[in-house]
Amino acid sequence: MKEGYELIYKKPATLTERRFSYCPGCFHSTIHKFMMEIVEEMGIQDKTVGVCPVGCSVFAYHYLDIDMQEAAHGRAAAVATGIKRVLPDRIVFSYQGDGDLAAIGTAETLHACNRGENFTFIFINNGIYGMTGGQMAPTTLDGQITSTSPYGRDVDTAGMPIKMAEIISTFDKVAYVERISCNTPANARKAKRAIRKAFEYQMEGLGTTFIEVASNCPSNWKLTPEESLKWLEDRVFPYYPLRVFKDIKKLKKEE
Amino acid sequence: MAEVKLMKGNEALAEAAIRAGMQAYFGYPITPQSEVIEYLAAQEPKHNYVLIQAESELAAVNMLYGSGGAGARVMTTTSSPGFTLMQEGVSYMACAEIPCVLVNVVRGGPGLGTIQPSQGDYFQAVKGGGHGDYHVIVLGPNSVQEMVDHIFLAFELADKYLTPVMLLADGATGQMMEKVMMPQPIEYKPDKPWATTGKTKDRERNILTSLYIQPEDMEQRNLKLQAKYKEILANEIRYEEYMTEDAEYIIVAFGLSSRIVKNVVLQGRKDGLKLGLFRPITLWPYPWDKIGAIASEERVKFFMSVEMNAGQMVEDVRLAVCGKKPVHFFGRMGGIVPTPEETYAAIKEKIG
Repeated sequence: MKEGYELIYKKPATLTERRFSYCPGCFHSTIHKFMMEIVEEMGIQDKTVGVCPVGCSVFAYHYLDIDMQEAAHGRAAAVATGIKRVLPDRIVFSYQGDGDLAAIGTAETLHACNRGENFTFIFINNGIYGMTGGQMAPTTLDGQITSTSPYGRDVDTAGMPIKMAEIISTFDKVAYVERISCNTPANARKAKRAIRKAFEYQMEGLGTTFIEVASNCPSNWKLTPEESLKWLEDRVFPYYPLRVFKDIKKLKKEE
Repeated sequence: MAEVKLMKGNEALAEAAIRAGMQAYFGYPITPQSEVIEYLAAQEPKHNYVLIQAESELAAVNMLYGSGGAGARVMTTTSSPGFTLMQEGVSYMACAEIPCVLVNVVRGGPGLGTIQPSQGDYFQAVKGGGHGDYHVIVLGPNSVQEMVDHIFLAFELADKYLTPVMLLADGATGQMMEKVMMPQPIEYKPDKPWATTGKTKDRERNILTSLYIQPEDMEQRNLKLQAKYKEILANEIRYEEYMTEDAEYIIVAFGLSSRIVKNVVLQGRKDGLKLGLFRPITLWPYPWDKIGAIASEERVKFFMSVEMNAGQMVEDVRLAVCGKKPVHFFGRMGGIVPTPEETYAAIKEKIG
């Protein structure tokens, strides 16, 4: 460190040196960094095992310097269940997109939550299939244009965008559910706090923790990163509000 | 010391898995093998294994992936339609090199089929079933005793070669009761430095994946798998011969149908017909070379494959015989077990 300088920011040592393959402005990079900062701050690198999905974050293990398993599309919750059950003292998370968690893997997701599997879901909801080039997701908004809904999502035939955080919060054995975003510095700080809280609840053995990220996809939304943040404010948050949907500790206090 | 017990095949294999050091079981009920999960559920309080009745076979096989990848000795059991659902996980585990034991207690198909015994899943078991170039080691037990012995063997082979290993049983072997010598429990100490147990300072991170996006890397992965399969082919072929030494007619059968053929061979011998049974025990790797060598013997007049399907293993017999002798087939389908009488009649018809 140069004399007279103060270190105010650094990349966590728990991220590898590999450059992210994510598009500019995408929240994947931000969430990856938060998760690995938390792993470093909590000193749990040797205890953390992650599961990556099929989707843009299929390569997450290139960047996160922790043990990881690559799951089949939609099966991350089942894979994480298998890991956590045989290694109950480890911190296990699944990192999944909306197609993975809320379409092809809905059964695995719901049943893991219903059993209260003691791991953390990091659910990146960007309303679109990113990796395959911008097709309609179960979370695509009413009227939103994608490559498979070129005239806008028709909710009469495709159904309404699915609200996973709301659904997950109805399960008795789920400990914590929050929807977060990273569109402003304030929200980004809240997002990191939420992820840390989920890991802490997991360490206490409280049950399933579920963090939904109201995320963006500038490339497939055909917007600049800045415009994508405005889209989040104008279109996404009114339908997908940012808030805590369940906190088992607060519920216990209220009782 | 081994214990002598009278047990149902499904329960015996469950008990064998416990004694072989199984640390986690994931399954979904399906006839005719639900006794396995029922037995394991009843025994669970006395042991230290993880047991989950999953929401589907798809979930079960992916739980197997996760826990096998985390270093545990793991097993699932199912029957035909369930095994079809599991093919996704089998392909992924074969590529990611995750050891596990799979049991398919086969019932009649296709589709929902019947709940009666069948060998209709032979192709699916030995030729792949899932996508991509892979094999799993396939064992074909023909008795309750072998349900037990093959479970021990399957766990050992899975760990040795880092691969899924399966038992291709059938509804009858799962349901029937026989005398069985149950081995003493072993103390299983996993030695799996590749498992995802948490990256410690002294090692690089462990990644279990079947994704190699660059074709050059994917080809390298395939070459590694193929080298392993070659090693398995060289070392692990198992078979049983019964009265083949002077046999003129070689009847090839595996699993339950081999028990029927054994009776037929005895009957034939009484009648002065030189029948012999060749029973592949490993269905992959298949004893092609051994059958090929027998086909070269001058005394041998023909081969006949007897199966509980429309003729699946017969293709491997033909490959092995390679045109040196005629290869015939006799089988029943859809959950029908051929009788010794009709099997014998089919053989005699070909003898002429």
